[in-house]
Amino acid sequence: MKAPAFAYAKPSSLAAAFDLLANPDAKALAGGQSLIPSLNMRLSSPELLVDITGLPGLAEIKVLDDVVRIGALVTHARLEQSPEIKKHVPLLAQAVPHVAHAAIRNRGTIGGSLALADPAAEYPACAVALDAVFIIKNKTAERRVKAEQFFKGLFETDLKPGELLIAVEFPIAAKSDRAVFLELTRRHGDYAIIGLAMHNERFVFLGAGDRPKLFLFQKDLQKAKEGLKAGLNPPADLYNSSATKRHLAGVLLERAWNTNTTSR
Amino acid sequence: MEHEYDITLTVNGTAVSRRVPARQHLVDFLRDELELTGSHAGCEHGVCGACTLRVNGEIVRGCLMLAVQANGCRVDTIEGLSDSKELAALQKAFYERNALQCGFCTPGMLLAAQDLILKSNRPTREEIRNHISGNYCRCTGYEAIVDSIEEVVNGKS
Repeated sequence: MKAPAFAYAKPSSLAAAFDLLANPDAKALAGGQSLIPSLNMRLSSPELLVDITGLPGLAEIKVLDDVVRIGALVTHARLEQSPEIKKHVPLLAQAVPHVAHAAIRNRGTIGGSLALADPAAEYPACAVALDAVFIIKNKTAERRVKAEQFFKGLFETDLKPGELLIAVEFPIAAKSDRAVFLELTRRHGDYAIIGLAMHNERFVFLGAGDRPKLFLFQKDLQKAKEGLKAGLNPPADLYNSSATKRHLAGVLLERAWNTNTTSR
Repeated sequence: MEHEYDITLTVNGTAVSRRVPARQHLVDFLRDELELTGSHAGCEHGVCGACTLRVNGEIVRGCLMLAVQANGCRVDTIEGLSDSKELAALQKAFYERNALQCGFCTPGMLLAAQDLILKSNRPTREEIRNHISGNYCRCTGYEAIVDSIEEVVNGKS
């Protein structure tokens, strides 16, 4: 369980990072809480790790006019402690404590989690539920991608070689918005058997397919449950069949439906 | 090919400079290079918590951080925190309540527990369990560990 050999560089400017990332066998390293295990298990063997944690300006939480802009290097622990996130992006604030364990939340980053696109992870579902916008840069240009277009499949995203996810913008919650995050796990911090990020009529399930699964449900709970039955086909895991997960998704749907508050 | 880099860090209050392979984990660096073998390498992929360390005041997984990433950091291990007596109350409670059997998880468990004690005000048993959920113990069934942490929390002035 030791990582294969690789070279390491810690650039201090974006320009230098992009030069290093031009190497097709280079990988960006942020908090490393998913990349390092995959190296340890030798599922990945990059030639070069480009440690982006020294890049300036990527670890900020900024409250702008109608969005909160979260830099890619903001850690889970920072989000967990942030009064701005609690106030303006309550869905995310509810989701953060579900991310792994304290020691991992101290190093793992929001950018790393989103760029990895693990379909069982919390943030991708939140990003889709909230219609977040991803800010992506390469050496010469910047582009913006909506969350729904960013997640392409199992660990697949819209990120192209040589690009970095720089920040994510979440809309500031209005007073009338309702947000609920729920997940079922065997133990606190484990991967969810199934989870749900709900923002108003947007219901996004995690652990339910190859990417966050979005449903739009309005008014009628019975219809919503039927829609879920017809539209959700979650992959079985070691302990739970697809049918069990679909049933549990319905349980979460009903719980979220019955929660009439934006706070915990 | 092995790629090596020079690092300087502070370990338990002492400045240390070494040349390390890029792929060496922080916990292996501490164990193999500095002979600080109190931090244990268990699962080596971030699940068991036996390698829990403190870096710049925050607990981390020693197997999910490279030694080279700790360049310039302040690292505290079970050895340093025992010597400084910071963990004395927890260690006493663990000892008195049989909160360890084989002891493999104990250094990591103590660091995780101390993190909770420093950061929260009178956590409930539920919160204690949540906070140590990333640290596996295969002997005790956790009950005595939670009891010990609770005792220290309640004794906190």
